[in-house]
Amino acid sequence: MSKQYETVIGLEVHIELATKTKIFCGCSTEFGGAPNVHTCPVCTGMPGSLPVLNKQVVDHALAIGLATNCHITRVCKFDRKNYFYPDNPQNYQISQLYLPIARDGWVEIETGGVKKKVRIHEMHMEEDAGKLVHDEWDDTSLVDYNRSGVPLVEIVSEPDMRSAEEVIAYLEKLRHIVQYLGASDCKLQEGSMRADVNLSVREIGSDAFGTRTEMKNLNSFKAITHAIEGERERQIELLEEGKQVVQETRRWDDNKESSHAMRSKEDAKDYRYFPEPDLVPVMIDDEWIARVKAREPEFRTAKLARYQKEYGISQVDAEILTESRNMAELFEAATALCKKPKKVANWLMVETMRLMKEHDMEPQDLRFSPENLAGLIEMTDKGTVNSSVAKEVFEHVFLENVDPQAYVKEHGLATVNDEDALRKTLEEVIAANPQAVADYKGGKEKALGALVGQTMKAMKGKANPGRINELLREML
Amino acid sequence: MDILSLSAVELGKKIKAGEISAMEATQATLAQIEKEEPRIHGYVTVDAQGALKQAEEIQGKIERGELTGPLAGVPAAIKDNICIKGRLTTCSSKILSNYKPTYTAEAVEHLQDAGAIILGKTNMDEFAMGSTTETSYFGPTMNPHNVGHVPGGSSGGSCAAVAARECYYSLGSDTGGSIRQPSSFCGVVGLKPTYGTVSRYGLVAYGSSLDQIGPITKNVEDCAAVLTAIASWDKKDSTSVKREDYDFMGSLKADVKGLRVGIPADYFTEGLNKEVAEAIRAAANVLKEQGAVVEEFNLSLVKYAIPAYYVIASAEASSNLERFDGVKYGYRAKDYEGLHNMYKKTRSEGFGAEVKRRIMLGSFVLSSGYYDAYYLKALRTKALIKAAFDKAFENYDIILAPAAPTTAPELGKSLGDPLKMYLSDIYTVSVNLAGLPGLSIPVGKDEKGLPIGMQLIGDHFQEKTLLRAAYTYERVTGKEAR
Repeated sequence: MSKQYETVIGLEVHIELATKTKIFCGCSTEFGGAPNVHTCPVCTGMPGSLPVLNKQVVDHALAIGLATNCHITRVCKFDRKNYFYPDNPQNYQISQLYLPIARDGWVEIETGGVKKKVRIHEMHMEEDAGKLVHDEWDDTSLVDYNRSGVPLVEIVSEPDMRSAEEVIAYLEKLRHIVQYLGASDCKLQEGSMRADVNLSVREIGSDAFGTRTEMKNLNSFKAITHAIEGERERQIELLEEGKQVVQETRRWDDNKESSHAMRSKEDAKDYRYFPEPDLVPVMIDDEWIARVKAREPEFRTAKLARYQKEYGISQVDAEILTESRNMAELFEAATALCKKPKKVANWLMVETMRLMKEHDMEPQDLRFSPENLAGLIEMTDKGTVNSSVAKEVFEHVFLENVDPQAYVKEHGLATVNDEDALRKTLEEVIAANPQAVADYKGGKEKALGALVGQTMKAMKGKANPGRINELLREML
Repeated sequence: MDILSLSAVELGKKIKAGEISAMEATQATLAQIEKEEPRIHGYVTVDAQGALKQAEEIQGKIERGELTGPLAGVPAAIKDNICIKGRLTTCSSKILSNYKPTYTAEAVEHLQDAGAIILGKTNMDEFAMGSTTETSYFGPTMNPHNVGHVPGGSSGGSCAAVAARECYYSLGSDTGGSIRQPSSFCGVVGLKPTYGTVSRYGLVAYGSSLDQIGPITKNVEDCAAVLTAIASWDKKDSTSVKREDYDFMGSLKADVKGLRVGIPADYFTEGLNKEVAEAIRAAANVLKEQGAVVEEFNLSLVKYAIPAYYVIASAEASSNLERFDGVKYGYRAKDYEGLHNMYKKTRSEGFGAEVKRRIMLGSFVLSSGYYDAYYLKALRTKALIKAAFDKAFENYDIILAPAAPTTAPELGKSLGDPLKMYLSDIYTVSVNLAGLPGLSIPVGKDEKGLPIGMQLIGDHFQEKTLLRAAYTYERVTGKEAR
C-alpha cells in the first residue's frame, strides 16, 4: 500500500424507547409473550384504524434531542415511508422525513485522551416493524406483530468519525446519555440499540468524500469493530486495484465475520415519502422544553469529574460506578447517609458486581436501598458484625433488601463482645489443641491461625477475629 | 298509514309513543328490501336475522325507558366502507370480499347507542373511487327514479336505499362529493360535515385528509338528528376536532331573514346543464323570497380544484391501499411463486381498473423527482382554494351552488371516459379540499324525472346555518323524499 488512507464513518443509530405502550396505540411494549398478543387493529394495520401519538415518545425524544445539543423543531410532523414487506402491516412506516423532531446537534467523545465533537445531523421518531418467523418445515413464513409499533428514535450523525474506536466511543456516549435519561435500556444484543455504519475511505489530505457503503446487522461492539476494519480494507483494496467502490448496502454476517452486498444504489427503493395525513403536527412549546430540561439528570461526564474531585474516587473506579445511572445514584445516596464514599464504592464494585454476575442482573435490576447498604457499612465499622458475616448479610440486602440491623438481630449474627464468654471458649480451644499450642510456642506463627479458626467455629462465626487474636497471644 | 313513507324522526316518535313497534318497522323495511333489491341493488349485504334480533332488543330498551332518543328503533343502512365488528365490510372490492372487521367504527357505535337497527351494508364504488357506483365488484346500483340511470357515487347504494325506502336513513362517506353528488342524483338530503366532526375511526381510508362520514336522509330534520348522533370528538382519531356544540336539532328553524347567500358565478359556465342551472337559480329565489340576501360573486380558482383533488386523493389512496396485500386478511391469489409474486397477483386480481388507475396516479405523483411538481404543488393549490373560500365567507354566510353539473347519467356511459367523469366532481371536491361542510338538498327534477340537487356550502363548523337554510327551503316548498 503506497498511499495513506483515512476512514470516514457516519452512523445511523436506532434506539427503542422505554415506554409502557406503543407509539401509535395502547398496546404493551413488553418483550416476549406469545405471538400477536400485544396487538390491536392499529398495530396490525386493520382497515379503518388510525394512529394516535403516544406523548411519552415525544417526551423521551425531546430529552435525547436536548441532551445531544440539538435544535428542537417546534412544529414537527410525521411522514409515511412506503415499502412493501410483511413485517410492516400497513406497508408504510410512520416516520419523520421533512420535519424531524431534532436537528444539528453534537456530542463530545474522548479517545486516547483526545476530545472531539461528533455532530448529529438529525434525530427522528418512528415505529418499529413486526418480526417474521420462518417455518423451514412448512416452507412458510409467519409474522408476529408484538414489536410492530414499538417506538424508536433514529439518530443520524455527520460523517465525523475516523476509526472504530471513535465509533465505539460515540455509541457509548449516546448509550450513557439515553440510559441516564431513562429513555431506553440501549442493549445492542437485544436490539434496543442498533447501529448502521456508513463508511468510505479517502486519501489523507483529501477534502472530497469517497463512495460510501452502508453496513447493517451489527449486533455487538465486536461486530461493529470487525465490520469497520474489514470494510476499510475491502475498500482500500478496491481502490489500490484501480477499481471503484460501489454505493450499496451490505449485510454483516457475524458467523462468517464478513459482509456481503444486499442491494446497490441502482435498485434503492423509492419510499414515496409524504406527510402522514392521519396525524396532526406536534407542537413543542417553551414550557414543554423547560419541563424536560428541569428533569434532566447529572450526566455521566459530569459525575466522573465530580466523583474524583468530591469523593477522591479514582478515574477507573468512577467509570465503573457511573456505568449506569442506577448504580451512580445508589453510590451517591448511600455515601450521603454514611459519609464513607470509598467503602460504599468498594461494596458496589466488589460484592454488588459479584452478585449481579452470579444472578445475571443488570444495574437497572438493583432493588436494594441505599439506607440498607449504608446501615451495613456502619455496622461493620462499629464492629457489630465482622466482615464475613457482613458479606452474608449483604447477600440478603442485595436480594431481598432486608434491613441489616433487623436481620442481624433476628438471626443472632452480632459479634459477641462478651469477654468472659470469649475467654471461656479460648480456654477450651487451648485445652483441646495441645499440638497447635506447642507448635505456636515453638515459633510457628501459622499455628495461631488454626486456633483462631477453631475459636471462630466454636463461636459460630460471631466473634471478632482481631480480638481473638489479641486474647490468644495474651493467654499463651 | 304507510310506515315506509315516514321520516326517521317521525318513525322514532311513533315507536316511542307505542303506535308502531321497532319490529314492525324492521319487518316492513326488510319486505321493501326484498321487493326493491332486484331492481335497485343498493345493498352488498342485508342481515335480516340480525336486524330482527336488534329490533327485539331495542324495542325492549325503548319500553324500559333505556332508549329515548329520536332514532331509537329506526332501521338504517351503512356504507360498506365503514367497519362493523363481525360483519362483512367489503368496500365493494374483491380484495376485501371476505373481510370481517374485529371492531366497529366510532360513528356506527354512536348510532348503535342511539338505538339504530342496522339492516345491512350498502353498495359503493370500489374503495369509494368513482362517481356512479359502477366500479363496485358486486355490480352497479340503479337509480330508484329511473333504473336505466346510475345513482351517482361513491355512496350510490346508501342514497338509492334511502330513496327506494329500503331504509330510513344511511351513512355515507364523502372524499370529493361522494355523499352530496349521489344525494343530488337520488333526490335525498346528504351532508358532508366539517372535516374532523365525525370520527374516521373505522372508516376504511381513501383520502385521509379529505374523508368524512355523513348522514343521508329523507329530509333536513332527519339529517340534523343523524348528525347529532354521529358527531363526536374521538381521541382515537387525531384529526377529530372538539366542537363547542353537538346538538344540531336546534338549528331547525324556517328563517333565513338577512342570511347572506353567495352564488359563485364562475360555477355557472358551459359545462353546467341548463335545466340544473335553472333549478338552482329558482331555489335561490325561494330563499331570497324568504328574506335571504342573495348575490353572485366570483369564487375563483375553480378549474384548479379537480387536478389538485385528484393528485392529493390519489396520493393518499396509493398509500392507504398498500395494506391490502394478501398477507393479513382479505383476498389472496390462489397460485403464486414467492412473496413478490403473491403481492403482485393478489393486487392485480383483487383491485378493479379505477382503483388501479388511482394507485398508479398516486404512486407517480409521490415518486422522487415528481413530488414537488405534483404533490407539493397540489398542496399549495389546496391552500389557495381554502383561502378563496375564507375570503368568500367574509361576505357570505353560505355559498349556494349545484351539487353536480348534470342529473344522473345513464348506466354504462361514464366509465369509458374517466377524465370526463372526474370533471363532473367540479362543484364538490373543493369543499373537501377546504375541509368545509356541504349539504345537498333536492330542488326539482329534469324533464326525464331525474332529481336535481342544490348544494349549500358553509364555513367551518357552520352546519347549523346550512341546516337552517335547507330546512327553510324544505318547509316553504314541501319538497321531501318520502
